[in-house]
This record gives sequence, C-alpha cells and structure tokens, in this order.
Amino acid sequence: MEIARHWRLKKQRYGLVGEVCPHCNFKIFPPRDVCPNCDGEAKEPYTFSGKGEVFSYTTVYEAPTGFEAMAPYTVALIKLDEGPTITAQLTDFGETPVSIGMPVEMVTRKMKDDGDERGVILYGYKFRPVMRAA
Amino acid sequence: MMKDEIYIAAVGQIPVQEHWNTSLRELAALAIRALKQECQLGHPDSLFLANMFAPNLSNQAHLAALIAEYLGWSGIEAVTVEAGGASGGAALRQAVLALRSGMVDSAVVLGVEKFSDKIGADIDVALATTLDADFESMHGLTPSAQAALIARLYFHKYSIPSNALAGFAINAHKNGAGNPFAMYQKAISEDTYLKAEMINPPLNLFDIAPNADGAAALFLVRGDHPAMRQIDQKIKVSASTLSTDTLALHDRRDPLDWRTVRWSIQKALEQANLSLAEIDLFELHDQFSIYLPIILESAGIVTPGEGWKLGADQWTGLSGRIPLNSMGGLKARGFPGGASGVYQAVEAVNQLLGRAGKNQLAHPHHTLIQSLGGPGATAATHILSCE
Repeated sequence: MEIARHWRLKKQRYGLVGEVCPHCNFKIFPPRDVCPNCDGEAKEPYTFSGKGEVFSYTTVYEAPTGFEAMAPYTVALIKLDEGPTITAQLTDFGETPVSIGMPVEMVTRKMKDDGDERGVILYGYKFRPVMRAA
Repeated sequence: MMKDEIYIAAVGQIPVQEHWNTSLRELAALAIRALKQECQLGHPDSLFLANMFAPNLSNQAHLAALIAEYLGWSGIEAVTVEAGGASGGAALRQAVLALRSGMVDSAVVLGVEKFSDKIGADIDVALATTLDADFESMHGLTPSAQAALIARLYFHKYSIPSNALAGFAINAHKNGAGNPFAMYQKAISEDTYLKAEMINPPLNLFDIAPNADGAAALFLVRGDHPAMRQIDQKIKVSASTLSTDTLALHDRRDPLDWRTVRWSIQKALEQANLSLAEIDLFELHDQFSIYLPIILESAGIVTPGEGWKLGADQWTGLSGRIPLNSMGGLKARGFPGGASGVYQAVEAVNQLLGRAGKNQLAHPHHTLIQSLGGPGATAATHILSCE
C-alpha cells in the first residue's frame, strides 16, 4: 500500500482538480504544471465539472491483482466537457448499452482493494450515465 | 565496407515458449550459446541487456551485472536497458551509440524475458506497469484493454467491419508455421479467428500476442574489427533511431496517429538514404493486431483508415507487396517482453542472409525493424542491410 502516493493524489481522485493555463486558458488534467498546449508554466488549480462523454470503451474480464473483485468491469476514455480526455471506469449503467458519445458524469467509487494488507480502501473517480430528472 | 559502419556479426535465438525448466539467467545463457556457434566472441567489450519485467516477475533488479558474470564475462561493461516493449530496440540503439562513440569496440545486445515464473493476475499487474501508473493502471486499465480502446476508436471512426483485423492474425500464424523458434507453428483459418473468445472487446484472443519466455542475442562490431574478416555476407546497421511520446493514451492529441512511429521511420530512412519503397521487409510490433494498421498509417505506407485492408495476404504475406513480420511477428512467434525487439533483428538478419528456411523472401536487401513500447510511447527503428 503506497499511502503517501495515494494521499498526494487525493484532490485529483476525489475532486477532479487539474490546472488551467494562465497563458492560453487550456484546461489540464492530470495536473503537470506545464501546459501541453503552449509549453508555458501552468500551476493554477482548476476544478473540472465532472461532465463529459464516452470517447472509447472496453471490458476487462481478467483483471490485474487488486481489481479481481470488480471484474468484469468497463474501462473508458472520457472526453471531459472542458477539453481533456481521461481514463476511468464506467459504473451504474445497468443494462444500458455503452456507446461512443454517451454523456457521463463523475462519481466517487471504490477503485481498488489492497488485498487485506491493511484494510485500506482506495476511492476515486468513475463515471456513470448522466442522471436525468424524471 | 567502411571501418566506421556498424555491423551485426552474429545472431542467436532460442525457441519462444513457456520454459518451465529454465531460469531467467539460463535463458540468457542459451541465447549466448547460440550466438557463439556463429562467431568467436571472446570477452565482448560491452553488454546491453534488454529486459522489461525481471524486477516485477523475478524479483531481480541489477540484471545486466548478474547475467554478465553468469556468462563468464566478469569485468565487462554491462547495463540493463528498459523501455517497455521497446526495450529490445532500445538496447540495440544503445549498442550502436556505444560503438559509434568509439569507446567500445564490440557489443552484445541480449534480450531476455521470463514470464512463466508468475501466472495470471500477477502477470497482468506486471504488464500494467508499462502504462501511466497514477492515471491509467490505477483505474484497472491493462495494455490489452488500452489496445482495445484504440481499436474501438478505429472501428468507429472509419466504420469498418468487425473482422477487419483477421488478415493480420491469419498471416502471422501462417508465417509462424514456418518458424521453428515460434511459439505457435500452426496456421489458423478465418473461422477460427471469428470464433475466438473476446478478451477485451473488440479484441479477441487472436488479436493479442501471447506472453512467453525467450532470449535472443546479437554481436555488433565496427567494420574494422577482426571478427569482420571471417564474414563473407555482411549485415550493416544502416539506420538507428528512437523517439518517445506520452505513456497515457488519454494524453495523445490523436490516439490513432502515432507520431513516434513516423518520426523514427522518417529519420531512419534519411540516415540510410532510402525511401519506403526500397524496404524489402518490415518487422513491426504486432503485440496487438490493431497496432499494425495504425503503424502502417502513421508511417505513411497507407492513408489513414485504409491500413486494415493491408492484412490481406496479397499485401503483407511473404509474396505480397509489403512483406510483414515474416517469421510470425509477436502474434505467432510470441511476445517475449524486452527480448521482442532483439528477435526482430535476428529474424531480419536471417532473411538478409538467406537463412529463413521455408519463409525465405527472394533476395531482400533492406529490412526495417521497429520495436514499440505501448502505442508508440517509445519507437526504436533500425534498418538492416546486406552489403
């Protein structure tokens, strides 16, 4: 269990906090302090809305250690409304067929267990189909 | 023959398979034994050891020193080169740089990988270390799932049929049938391909190269080395390049355009003063079948969206217009991790020397080999030519 490492990433995992470039307004996730668009320094935090759409997806049936309990699970590229694309699992879609372009929103879910090493549960972002008011 | 040029004076390989009875270091020694059957090595000046997973799968770091001593080469310069799936090509590149610098007079490039000391989910964990750990593998992504994301995008963007990748797998297995060192030496039919189990949709079992144990080796020298005097047909390294891009697929502007594939090939062609049309054989990194159309498109061999059509035998078969992966590629020969790029070089040399047996091409002069780590996160490209 890499406790410090997971702790360092808490703002990203729980809050989808990235950065915005003060020079060209490019939105950056994950944060990297250098704008991939204009190479300028970009350290200003920016919280993403968590809204986006499915850009690509697949299913993992045989999962790596730590993810077995979740298998089979759907992992996707999500294009966030603000621009960047990120990798995350899809969840809560039930019988709804997943498709490219499907609108999704961020939720916080259990990501991985530590195999009962310390009993720590790791939480982070996943995406579900956008909930519509009835 | 130029004294400053770099030559591959000998090659060696062992069959790619699950070598349950053979350890990591013994695999390495077997490849060197095969190398020594071709050429007197003595104590080479340097060893560039290509390996991806020994720290994960065998709890063994500091591998090059261990192997050098095990081979009886105590005292020589030896370092491990790790660049994910491109480790083999990257190690060859390091050997070329070392020889070109003039600081060493001979170099052994040795690729070795031992998968079978672990099984199942533990291998998946090791494979996933080649992705972006914080933002890809932490979300349960694996290299084959990443390739499936690419395939899904490709199929969607160009509205191509679901059996579009079948030709590449069928050709690979057909060529594997003529390679005594291949893991799979049996041809498959399109029906077998279509009935295969889905692993990461849309990729099935035959779209994914099998992980296996293997070791392969090269002996490199400059033209003025005494070893060259005994060699009639000389194999020159006429180009050597390496280029890198983001590990994470989500960080690419266009996940279907692999810039490092193009950059490293263009630069290699410039070095060798050749055009794409003058390459007689391509050995490309088909760890996943979807990689091939994207490599062919990114390299400029075919226009975007058309690469999948080249899986047909008349295009990339042994007698096709663009012979590809003549000994089965990673798909049929197998994916021995960091040794993969070294196997590509061994196979290309054997083709150039007319030693490829049943799969021999008619008089190839120039072969282009490209070793990839992930979807072009590292691309190491070499052109080997016969003089």
